[in-house]
Amino acid sequence: MARGIKDKVAILGMGCARFGERWEADADTLMVEAYEEALEDAGIETGQLDAAWLSVGFDALNIGPSGIPASMALRLDNVAVTKVENYCASGTEALRGAVYAVASGAADIALAIGVEKLKDTGYGGLPVRTRGTTFDMIGVVGSAPGNFAQLAEAYRNRHGISRDELKRAMAHVSVKSHDNGAMNPKAHLRKRIDIDTVLQAPMVAAPLGLYDCCGVSDGAACAIVTTPEIARRLGKTDLVTVKALQLAVSNGWELQGQGWDGSYFHTTRLAADRAYKEAGVSKPEAQIDLMEVHDCFSITELVTMEDLRVSEPGRAVADVLDGKFDADGAIPCQIDGGLKCFGHPVGASGLRMIYENYLQLLGRAGERQRQDNPKLALSHNLGGMPNQNVAAIALVGLEGV
Amino acid sequence: MTSILASGAYIPRLRLQRSAIAAAHGWFAPGLRGLGKGERAFGSWDEDAVTMAVEAARNCLEDCDRDRIDSVVLASATLPFAERQNAAILKEALTLRDDVFAVDCGGGQRAGLSALVQALRGGTAGQTLCIASERPLALPASEDEMHQGDAAAAFLLGDGPGVAEVLATHAVTFDFVDRFRESDRDHGYAWESRWVREEAFGRIVPDAVGAALAKAGLPAGEVTHFIMPSPLRGAQALVCRKTGIPAEAACDTFAATVGDAGGAHALLMLSHALETAAEGDIILAAGFGSGCDVLILRRTGGTSRPRLAVSDWLERRAVSDNYMKFLVFNDRIAIEKGMRAEFDQKQPMTALWRNRKAVLGLVGGRCTRTGAVQFPKSDISVNPNAHAVGTQEDYKLAERRATIVTFTADRLTYTLDPPGCYGMVEFDGGGRMYAEFCDVEADTLEVGQPMRMMFRVKSFDEMRGFRRYFWKAAPAG
Repeated sequence: MARGIKDKVAILGMGCARFGERWEADADTLMVEAYEEALEDAGIETGQLDAAWLSVGFDALNIGPSGIPASMALRLDNVAVTKVENYCASGTEALRGAVYAVASGAADIALAIGVEKLKDTGYGGLPVRTRGTTFDMIGVVGSAPGNFAQLAEAYRNRHGISRDELKRAMAHVSVKSHDNGAMNPKAHLRKRIDIDTVLQAPMVAAPLGLYDCCGVSDGAACAIVTTPEIARRLGKTDLVTVKALQLAVSNGWELQGQGWDGSYFHTTRLAADRAYKEAGVSKPEAQIDLMEVHDCFSITELVTMEDLRVSEPGRAVADVLDGKFDADGAIPCQIDGGLKCFGHPVGASGLRMIYENYLQLLGRAGERQRQDNPKLALSHNLGGMPNQNVAAIALVGLEGV
Repeated sequence: MTSILASGAYIPRLRLQRSAIAAAHGWFAPGLRGLGKGERAFGSWDEDAVTMAVEAARNCLEDCDRDRIDSVVLASATLPFAERQNAAILKEALTLRDDVFAVDCGGGQRAGLSALVQALRGGTAGQTLCIASERPLALPASEDEMHQGDAAAAFLLGDGPGVAEVLATHAVTFDFVDRFRESDRDHGYAWESRWVREEAFGRIVPDAVGAALAKAGLPAGEVTHFIMPSPLRGAQALVCRKTGIPAEAACDTFAATVGDAGGAHALLMLSHALETAAEGDIILAAGFGSGCDVLILRRTGGTSRPRLAVSDWLERRAVSDNYMKFLVFNDRIAIEKGMRAEFDQKQPMTALWRNRKAVLGLVGGRCTRTGAVQFPKSDISVNPNAHAVGTQEDYKLAERRATIVTFTADRLTYTLDPPGCYGMVEFDGGGRMYAEFCDVEADTLEVGQPMRMMFRVKSFDEMRGFRRYFWKAAPAG
């Protein structure tokens, strides 16, 4: 295996816009909001950036193609800006570009910024769009909840779990994220809910009800990265470094090949194992202090616990109901509210997850700060649908961990 | 002479209770109440005369070698395309040979029987697939809306004893306009039924039937199955009286169960007659419309009973009293479909041409190195084969059973028949696909449920007037 990225790149600063239905803000404004915070945090000026990566999931619906929109909104110094798109995993992909540029020595300081302006579509949920000429002839134009809902029946059948029990565990996932989101001033949804509200909500795509689905939001998030040496030279002392950045992309096996039963994410397992190897993590359950995972739907978060090896196979329902992933549990998951409540501006989400992990590692997460001095944090960012997707894992931690 | 080798049929499962139509329009057209009995078949939003024809043809061809078919005749007055040969779509869906002759024919109420007679008389050396399929439209509150029904029937013709041999055919043609519909209209216009009863069924049809019987040298009393579609009450009895055909020979017109499927109806009834007739029985089919075609057959000893015969299709039904659903499925009313319906469905024709086998024929690929089946076919197999390129051969999936691996009932995605049910299915013998489901009840879906594939409309391009077709999974059986 390649030598990997561990500790070669440090996060110099991060920023995140307030997520939500930002009727008053264009994508430009959202980017500026996140960028100004990151710039101040990093203690640098725009002229010090060598390159930038921009992630957007639905470019046709908001900023349009190319890296130009970021360069113009932030008035960058005519540096290289690369636009990346990898479905909902785009945010992590942008960071990967910036981190690799720094690690290679091609750039000293690089920017990763993700943005999405989703609330200009006129309707709720993700926009309907083409997935290419061939797909449109033979694919299913289903909704995101419809595609992800299928995990539930498959998982239930594989592990012999009753519909009611699974639905209750899924509800716990959402109640927990609402509790967490209520503590986050930048979150889209800040209202606590109870389990009955989740269980009795209207069905969107069986068995996913309204509260099993994350919010669709406007927002932006960004990271400025550099080498640990330059970070120290710029006066930083407590460094958060990148431990691993791994992507696994479906090659069609789940959908077209043989053996996948629809109850898990093949790619997440691959990406997680690669990331743990890259970061030198041998016991994820013991070593990872907190997680931000791609909880686009409650069932996604639930099965992802097993794919990330922090729940034993078939144990996720019990672990969730035991509170293992609650804010005060053994490994908090979505301590910032997650996609569920912080919101899901597609191109920004991966960076938003890392933003929260970064704040928690530095003890800067305010009233939602985890009190056990977290040292290693995982983010999991998933694009596509269970049978065909991009899984991205980022591990960040304190330097030397 | 050419014989009938096999037959099949298709009746959509939805059956609208006529009482629901009468109840909806009683305030305006109280006369409809007298017609508000029984039920009529109607296709779902994703069915049309082509998809129904494909189902009837698959039903007919269950035990037949499709490569032996040389000609395809598709008869209908309600075909979706005026330009783009409808029979060509059917040819691709059935994965018939490329060097096949195909033709669409229309012409009105006797279109199906005329096409069958023509094909039987044509006497070509090879086999002919003759299909009639109708999805007629009517104005709300019209008698047609009450009388009509959607159905299709298919016949395979060729040399051999088969299931029926031709004894005689006879035709008369007049410009007798009991009903008409200009090419750009979607509903017909009918003249007074008392005149039609007396002039057509009292004179034109009996004369033609008599002439056909004379040609065959058969006394009318020997007819055991008399087929004559007409929504006019008593029309069959009148013709029997005039010709001497025994009243008990008159076949069920399915007026109470299907409705009148226009140009396809005589063939639907004929398919049923072949199902129920005994060897040696005499079947006389008369099709009226701008004259009359008469076909006299003798049931021979061959067996032709598809998995689902007409009587089974009659049983495979979902009763509905939802008249609004009937209007929506027939595009008789503009409803608010929501913004998700605005997704542009423009079909690049170049891509359709390249992918026609996969899209229209559900032809996948089988790796010649590993034997693994996949859909769609690809240059490099999805199952590992040392990364060899170009190892896949065509592999037909449409007739294979499948089982549900994953599923959902989606209330967010746009469909005219919510919830949108879809999921992953795996075919017997390998290969899987992510498929829309049709003809399902959402709350009865299960992992492991057996399914069969059906040819359906995938989407409509309302802006340009086009429709995409593809295969969907329906409950098997």
